[in-house]
Amino acid sequence: MPVGFTINGKAASVDVEPDTPLLWVVREHLKLTGTKFGCGSGLCGACTVHVDGKAVRSCQTSMSEVAGKTVTTIEGLSPSSTHPLQKAWIAEQVPQCGYCQSGQIMQAAELLAKTKKPTRDQIVAHMDGNICRCGTYPRIVRAIERAAREA
Amino acid sequence: MKAHITKLDVSRRSFMQGAGGLTFAFALSGTLLGRASEAYAADGARLNAWVTIGTDDTITILCPQSEMGQGVLTALPLILAEELDADWSKVKPEFAPGNPKLYGGAHKMFPGAQLTLASVSVPAYWMPLRLAGAQARRVLLDNVAEKWGVPVVELSTDKSKVIHRKSKRSISYGDVAKFAKVPDELPKVTEADLKKRKDFRLIGRKDIGRVDVPSKVNGTAKYGIDVQVPGMVYASLLHAPMDGAKAESVNTDEVMKIKGVTRVIPLPFGVAVIGDTVEATRAGRFALKVKWDISASKAAPFDSAKAFDEYARKAADPAAEVKEAFKTGDADKALSGAAKTMTAAYSSEHTYHAQMEPMNAVARVSDDGQSAEIWVGTQVQPLAAAVVAGALKTTPDKIKIHLQLLGGGFGRRIWPDAPVQAAVLASIVKKPVKLMLTREDDIAAARPRPMTYHTLKAGLDETGNLTGWHHRIVAENVDAVAAPPRFQATGGRDYIGWVGMNQDFYDIPHLTADAIREQRGMRVHAWRGIGAGYNRFVTESFLDEIVAAKGGDPVATRLALTAKHPRAQAVIKAVAEMSEFTKKRPGRGMGIAFSDYHDTLTAGVAEVSVDKVTGKINVHNYWIAIDGGLIIQPDNVNAQLESAVIYALSGALSEELTVKDGAVQQSNFNDYQVLRMSDVPQIHMKVLVTDNPPTGMGEVGIPCVAPAIGNAVAQLTGKRLRHLPMSPERVKKALG
Repeated sequence: MPVGFTINGKAASVDVEPDTPLLWVVREHLKLTGTKFGCGSGLCGACTVHVDGKAVRSCQTSMSEVAGKTVTTIEGLSPSSTHPLQKAWIAEQVPQCGYCQSGQIMQAAELLAKTKKPTRDQIVAHMDGNICRCGTYPRIVRAIERAAREA
Repeated sequence: MKAHITKLDVSRRSFMQGAGGLTFAFALSGTLLGRASEAYAADGARLNAWVTIGTDDTITILCPQSEMGQGVLTALPLILAEELDADWSKVKPEFAPGNPKLYGGAHKMFPGAQLTLASVSVPAYWMPLRLAGAQARRVLLDNVAEKWGVPVVELSTDKSKVIHRKSKRSISYGDVAKFAKVPDELPKVTEADLKKRKDFRLIGRKDIGRVDVPSKVNGTAKYGIDVQVPGMVYASLLHAPMDGAKAESVNTDEVMKIKGVTRVIPLPFGVAVIGDTVEATRAGRFALKVKWDISASKAAPFDSAKAFDEYARKAADPAAEVKEAFKTGDADKALSGAAKTMTAAYSSEHTYHAQMEPMNAVARVSDDGQSAEIWVGTQVQPLAAAVVAGALKTTPDKIKIHLQLLGGGFGRRIWPDAPVQAAVLASIVKKPVKLMLTREDDIAAARPRPMTYHTLKAGLDETGNLTGWHHRIVAENVDAVAAPPRFQATGGRDYIGWVGMNQDFYDIPHLTADAIREQRGMRVHAWRGIGAGYNRFVTESFLDEIVAAKGGDPVATRLALTAKHPRAQAVIKAVAEMSEFTKKRPGRGMGIAFSDYHDTLTAGVAEVSVDKVTGKINVHNYWIAIDGGLIIQPDNVNAQLESAVIYALSGALSEELTVKDGAVQQSNFNDYQVLRMSDVPQIHMKVLVTDNPPTGMGEVGIPCVAPAIGNAVAQLTGKRLRHLPMSPERVKKALG
């Protein structure tokens, strides 16, 4: 059955089962592949997107929960890729393989939206659910601190 | 379907033999730089196999290696651009196809091969790409000299311009491309034609970022898992729990009732669910109930927890077949004549790569089944083509690999199991197939670092100085699984598994390192840092045991052992100084280790505390000093060191893949724990830049981490940890 919602500022409707995870709608139906699949169990954070401004694991969010809501993915974070976090991510040369970084950035964006100048401890507490197997953690912290400073 | 598997083994063998036998197309005299068949690109000049200059000044440089986060898509084109004197802002790196004849490297371990592993990329291509850049520049100069009627020696270049100072003329490379003729026989260039280090304008610059970074912050970077092709169907896979397992019964009817599921196919590697959507195939995969017949599986009786005792018995069994790995002097004699001997036993668990992008591939097979296109992130394009060709009973030239970015490799993406599985499925369903493994199946399909057991014996003189050394490893052999032709050619040497048992930089007069092979049916493979990961844990820990018994100094001992190697001494001194190694820190322990992995010298120091209630080791600071010769991209070297240190910390403290009745026991990141941000220490790096040729960087941060931690814990608590990972349970047990 069709589920209507807003994604990256545009109205969308997809015909899927209501229990379909948002992740697969975003990636495979709408071809917004910046959001990644990592574990399918809400354990790694690679699939993080915003629903009504809140960071959620899209692999654990069913379409029935999304109906009528506003979804933002990495592609919609900033129309010109100039969100302070994206600029900071480049300045600090954060990504290596890069696979987890969309999720990292979306998770961090939620933090900065509610806490303009997070402490290091607040950053670590907020980001601890997002795994980066390349070990870019120190650069992620630096980039969030930079974005908070320069935003 | 059994035929597929038989054929795979054959083709793997023939590939590896072929790779070893290929001649190096770039003889270092530089006389033969590969020439593409088309001399001119439509909108510019293709100067050799590596570089095309567009009339719009863009410079396309091919990168022969796969990008898995190590930065090779930037570093290798940068090396060529340096000698070409290119304007870096105009350079567009692109992946080269898998073609070792044109794009093979010059690494001493793999001459002529094109493979992204073992930290070989920069050392393998450093000289070939410089020569290719110098050659391309020479073609441009020759063309301008002829056009302007001036001697070529009067021309110079700067930032994508050819300059004739005498006549104050200059012309952009793009404008040269409009009239350039590329000669059939390309000009000869030699090392003498290359720039001196002082003239480098791109190499060594801290301000040149990685070219792939912008695409990795806005979701536009494309990985294998992001590919969609017209007409494709989805596939999920319940991976077979072990090699040789057969699906005896499958609840196909039940799974077929799931909307969108179109087929359920039992295969030698697992049971595949085909469907119209990824959500349908995933639901189908999780609804599968399969009874496995494991009677033909070699791994079926294997229980990793119990096997340590069996390995230990084998280590001491005089009837066991022992292979000599490394030997200096006469260790037997030195040990039997020693004033005192010390012994210890160490061990390590299997570890899983846990690359963030689960294994996947998209395959399209032609109607006659004789050719295929594969979209995949793989570390070894020619191997993927060869193995897929074997599965389809065709030849590698019929397999086109569309190389994608890799969402982590770490050794997992060397063996192309997903491309083969996708190709087999596509040939069965007669449609393009996008296969995505679940995380659960990615773990079930693990190709882990082997579990190992070690015995060590040291002979000491009256004053406690080291006179003899014997290190024995008992483990499955990685080369036997991952590189069978080399394993056969070397009479059963396990290059991958034994690295780190050698002590090339320590002056130990009498040393024997030997090995006993286990064959348990596990798909043991290369895991970042390969054998050095566990072997250095063992040898550097045992060395500290010897030092402690004598009441000696771990830094001074290592400096004495490396007295003949000033570069090794320099990294040990540097790390001791930067960590203020001897400074007292209440409640903290300090430990040091040294490694020479693939010619890059490193020393690491860990500062730890131990929570005696939980047994958790907290690493507060980690210092690493390295000498990897000349540095191409300094900022990325720091990133790689940090990355490897964190990967190794994770492996040292928590990672443990256990096997029972032949099957992996872990299923996801809940029970296979990898390091998260809250456990990352402050990491302090010092890179000693020397004029030596560049050596590898992707793995060198690994080997010192575990022994430095173990040595620090021993200094703090007096207890020696001899089993990886040093998990809280083991630490608690050791503390008593």
